[in-house]
Amino acid sequence: MSATPATAPNGTPNPEPAPPPGWTDAAARARLHIVTGKGGTGKTTVAAALALSLASNGRRVLLIEVEERQGIAQLFDLPPLPYEERKVAVAPGGGEVRALAIDVEAALMEYFAMFYNLGFAGRTLKRLGAVEFATTLAPGLRDVLLTGKAKECVGRLGPNGKPVYDAVVVDAPPTGRVVTFLNVTVAMADLARKGPIRNQADGVVTLLHSADTMVHLVTLLQEMPVVEMMETIAELRDADLPVGSLIINAATGAHLNGTALEPAARGTLDLEELAADLAGAGITVTDALVDGLAAEATEHAIKVLAEAESESVVRGAGLPVLTLPFLADGADLGGVYELTEALTAQGVR
Amino acid sequence: MTSRVPALDLDRILFDPATKVIITCGSGGVGKTTTAAALALRAAEYGRRTAVLTIDPAKRLAQSMGLTALDNTPRRVDIGDAAAEDGGELWAMMLDTRRTFDEMVLAHSTPERAEAIFANPFYRTISSSFSGTQEYMAMEKLGRLAATGEWDLIVVDTPPSRSALDFLDAPQRLASFLDGRVIRMLTTPGRGVMKIVGAGLNLFSKAVTTIIGGQLLNDAAQFVQLFEDMFGGFRARAEATYTLLRAPGTQFLVVATCEADAVREASYFADRLQEEQMPLAGLVLNRTHPPLADLSGGVAETAAARLAGTSPLASAVLAVHAERMTVHAVEQRMRSRIVRAHPTLPIAAVPALAADAHDLESLREIGRRLTDQ
Repeated sequence: MSATPATAPNGTPNPEPAPPPGWTDAAARARLHIVTGKGGTGKTTVAAALALSLASNGRRVLLIEVEERQGIAQLFDLPPLPYEERKVAVAPGGGEVRALAIDVEAALMEYFAMFYNLGFAGRTLKRLGAVEFATTLAPGLRDVLLTGKAKECVGRLGPNGKPVYDAVVVDAPPTGRVVTFLNVTVAMADLARKGPIRNQADGVVTLLHSADTMVHLVTLLQEMPVVEMMETIAELRDADLPVGSLIINAATGAHLNGTALEPAARGTLDLEELAADLAGAGITVTDALVDGLAAEATEHAIKVLAEAESESVVRGAGLPVLTLPFLADGADLGGVYELTEALTAQGVR
Repeated sequence: MTSRVPALDLDRILFDPATKVIITCGSGGVGKTTTAAALALRAAEYGRRTAVLTIDPAKRLAQSMGLTALDNTPRRVDIGDAAAEDGGELWAMMLDTRRTFDEMVLAHSTPERAEAIFANPFYRTISSSFSGTQEYMAMEKLGRLAATGEWDLIVVDTPPSRSALDFLDAPQRLASFLDGRVIRMLTTPGRGVMKIVGAGLNLFSKAVTTIIGGQLLNDAAQFVQLFEDMFGGFRARAEATYTLLRAPGTQFLVVATCEADAVREASYFADRLQEEQMPLAGLVLNRTHPPLADLSGGVAETAAARLAGTSPLASAVLAVHAERMTVHAVEQRMRSRIVRAHPTLPIAAVPALAADAHDLESLREIGRRLTDQ
């Protein structure tokens, strides 16, 4: 890493310190990557791209979904994923991404089956909704089960004694709920003081607060998502959870250069010059065409300027920032690979 | 193909005196709140006494309506004199879930009992963080506002659920949870239904106590006892609200953006509303990017490349247009997906504003775009 020194060799303060890299060495060493963001910011797509990027060059990465909505299956054009780890994609340069959609009910029944021989009564209780009852009574239980499963995947060793997964990426609940989700310490207040779940919860707390974990936040360059992201950063810090990179998604690429941006936003472009240049390129020019193109340029410029304002707020947090382009073709599987390339180009490894 | 899709005539719905309630729903981040506010403003300016119930508005949107505090009471929004002459008024409020729940408890019990309930730790969990409480309370508040008869029209925004369907299911889920059947089984083993599963259940009870703390179970049991008398009243209210939702004066609007997730949710939601025989007015396809200039994307792209060296401005303007044509094509593809699944669903496409709505004028503009089909 070649950081710009804070002072130039002659001792004067360096006016523009280089922004921190989008992906730090600490992030590269972490093994559990939690991805969150406000609803609608594309966190599932970004989590998938991150998993693919981390899996590049022969590594193996697990992508976990915790909200039971089969977003990963839809993204990768697959039938609904069962509660088991399945290979879903091959990464650039070799390497693979497996996916796991955690089913809370199945996870809890797994526990009951492991520690108590419930048999017929267990199935009856399932039908009565007792599992939902238990997770409702102690909302933290749900989160402990989910994070507990993620921890088990991070720590699992293969026959060679090495971890089965080089990294685990969790498509976590949205910003509004993520701190509760990760704050297992608080959830534990509701849990019994001993027993299997308690033991697991203790292990989860240790992992989530260690250097092995990073929480990355996805945002669009719009008011609400940025505000929520900044609030969540503060909450994560209060809960002593490690904040990783801020990932700007769907950033509009500015077509207009700096000097044309302001006039375009104000609607004061030189339309005669524009018309002449268009005609020069062999386009049949009408007033309606020129006005329409100028109106589109105005909308584009207003958007670019508003996004720049939001971006300065994001950068003001002083955290590593990764930027992903808006996908004009839509966020389909091809788009996921495009985002993967963008992440890799910005140092994600 | 697209010409056969019925257009959604929102002005007709908004201005019809028979329309009493409009509910905007859809997945998170699609612009439900802004749509609700824009529709309410338009109805008020037409001359109707309108209230808009928002759930979690963006700060600037809330400020644009003069909403500074979450105080659970509709406040009059200053929309100028023109509307006032026709008797039109706009009132707006932000939902306070906890307070709405408290009010419901107070309405159904004695003050002493209400105090005991408020002090119960388990009540605090249920009234603030149970996954369906916000949805339930949005409907409860709607029922209350409608019952006052003070408004010609109430526009309701729905919570940013993980899935649009939560909004229909959550009240039921919470109601059946509060019925406490399972809690009773766990806390009074050996009686009633319990005997059917017998010893296995005792084991389960033990298992649950091993996993969640015994204190929590005690709080829950106390809560259920305190709540027992109220279940009937709650149930009756929930049913009254559901009747209101199915009544002829109610209209549901599904809001979606042209993204795969939002479109999928909108499609499920439309199916579900039809199944439940809820009155679905149509789909608002939000934040579209129709081309404003008649020039093919291919021609624009070629010309943009040719002009790049000599006329950077013209080149950039053409590049903006070419990208917009690509986005438009994707949006058309999403739209046709919905049309294929719901051929008779009326659709209103609403071109995106360049920036977030932050004042009444931008809400007015969205209102115009919503109704200009």
